[in-house]
Amino acid sequence: MKNVDVLVIGAGAAGMAAALAAAEQGAKVLLVEREDRTGGILNQCIHNGFGLHYFKKELTGPEYAEIFREKLERSGIDTCMEKFVLEVDVNKKEVIVVSKEGIEKIHPRSLILATGARERPFGSLLIPGDRPSGIYTAGVVQRLINIENRLPGKRALILGSGDIGLIMARRLTLEGMEVVGVVERLPYPGGLLRNVVQCLEDFDIPLLLSSTVVEVKGKERLEEVVVASVDEKYNPIPGTERTFKVDTLVLSVGLIPQVELVSDFVEIDRSSKGFAVSNTGQTSVSWIFAAGNSTVIYDLVDYVTYEGEIAGRSAVRYIDGKDVGKTKVSVEAGENIGILFPKWFDPLEDLTMYIRVRKPIEKGILIVEGALERKVEDLVPSEMIRIRIPKNRINASEKLKVFIKEE
Amino acid sequence: MKSRKVVCVLCPLGCKIRIELDEEGNILSISGNKCPRGEGYAKDEIKDPKRVVTTSVKVLDGELPLASVKTDGPIPKKYIFELMKILKSVEMNAPVNVGDVVVRNIFETNVNVVITRSVGEKTSDN
Repeated sequence: MKNVDVLVIGAGAAGMAAALAAAEQGAKVLLVEREDRTGGILNQCIHNGFGLHYFKKELTGPEYAEIFREKLERSGIDTCMEKFVLEVDVNKKEVIVVSKEGIEKIHPRSLILATGARERPFGSLLIPGDRPSGIYTAGVVQRLINIENRLPGKRALILGSGDIGLIMARRLTLEGMEVVGVVERLPYPGGLLRNVVQCLEDFDIPLLLSSTVVEVKGKERLEEVVVASVDEKYNPIPGTERTFKVDTLVLSVGLIPQVELVSDFVEIDRSSKGFAVSNTGQTSVSWIFAAGNSTVIYDLVDYVTYEGEIAGRSAVRYIDGKDVGKTKVSVEAGENIGILFPKWFDPLEDLTMYIRVRKPIEKGILIVEGALERKVEDLVPSEMIRIRIPKNRINASEKLKVFIKEE
Repeated sequence: MKSRKVVCVLCPLGCKIRIELDEEGNILSISGNKCPRGEGYAKDEIKDPKRVVTTSVKVLDGELPLASVKTDGPIPKKYIFELMKILKSVEMNAPVNVGDVVVRNIFETNVNVVITRSVGEKTSDN
């Protein structure tokens, strides 16, 4: 049995930031990671665009991870690789960890969940047809190419135009595969405009909007993918089918926060499907905190780092008995708001909100009732808005309503 | 007078920049960029579009088979596939560290290809 102040599960961007912030406050921290190295998904994101907020310079994923890896080494934080958390016993405040060394019980005074997200799998899409090899999620392809030096096939179609799908279209092309198109069921691209330009247009890769995959065919290996246009309710329109001869289908159809370890007793947010937390990172269970993609799917790792730091600091503040979670005001999503983070406002910290709109909005006013009104324009669901409100500007006692009025 | 719209790729903001050109293709005005870097980007898009390239190179006797690399500045778009070809034949000996130069002054552009992931030597037990 091992006693620690703060146990952090997951050494990706959120977990590393949380562990460092907690240690800076003088806590005894243990960081556990199931992979053989820290960094999480950053390790395979070899493209650039990371760190513009946090470091004020542009880095690749591995460079961003390496800066934190070095900080961890200098901090003296107990960092354990290749350890997997089997169970959290909420009543005994006990965490059971398994590794090559066997099973270990850890008693933390506070727990931080930084478990990240998983990719939505092919099976969840209910696409008719065969079940041959050659169908991958984008993250798996990214790992194969960027970490393991293996190419998944020769000719690929990509389903989903989120940033990962766009970035993989470019990556496959650079590595010598032919990408015949990126299929998106929405009438607009899911990822950032810059990625449409530098990943698709630069390489003349077609973007097929308002379309989806309706059938996959192939005996052993994928041979054909059938694509059809969709109507405004996303139903395929008969007669619009086109067949692509490809041996690879790459799915970039969304990320799902990884919460199952504790979802029996920690509240899950209905819109984000991640852990519901306060602006301190505190979950519905007072000694358990969470940060990163396990709470809401972020656009930028920089944001994940900020929220990880807040969770780390707040976990220590909780242990020290300084009222974390004594007052909680519910933050509620109104008109035009798709995703809203956090779930509660704790007046101990400033309120940093992350918002995704439900549909594209050209011009409007973002209203946080009793705290803020701000003009907004050119909003799309794929781009997260980040709003920071100082705690003393908020005087809500029961709830804080957030909505966008279209103009 | 002609005009062209480009999307700046230098940061996630993705400014939509409008460029006014005269009949000879000379730039008359640039607007819509939220920062000064956008102006240079727009000029390049008209004359000679440039991109930062990220990929990876082989590592011999490393704890991983690859080390990721980037060009430490943008290179002309027309060189991208040639760069990929050159890097395919590159093999580095472990260990490599972030910032190590793989190819110096590629295509006489004053841009270097540098390592973005440190890869240590393979240890006997892995």
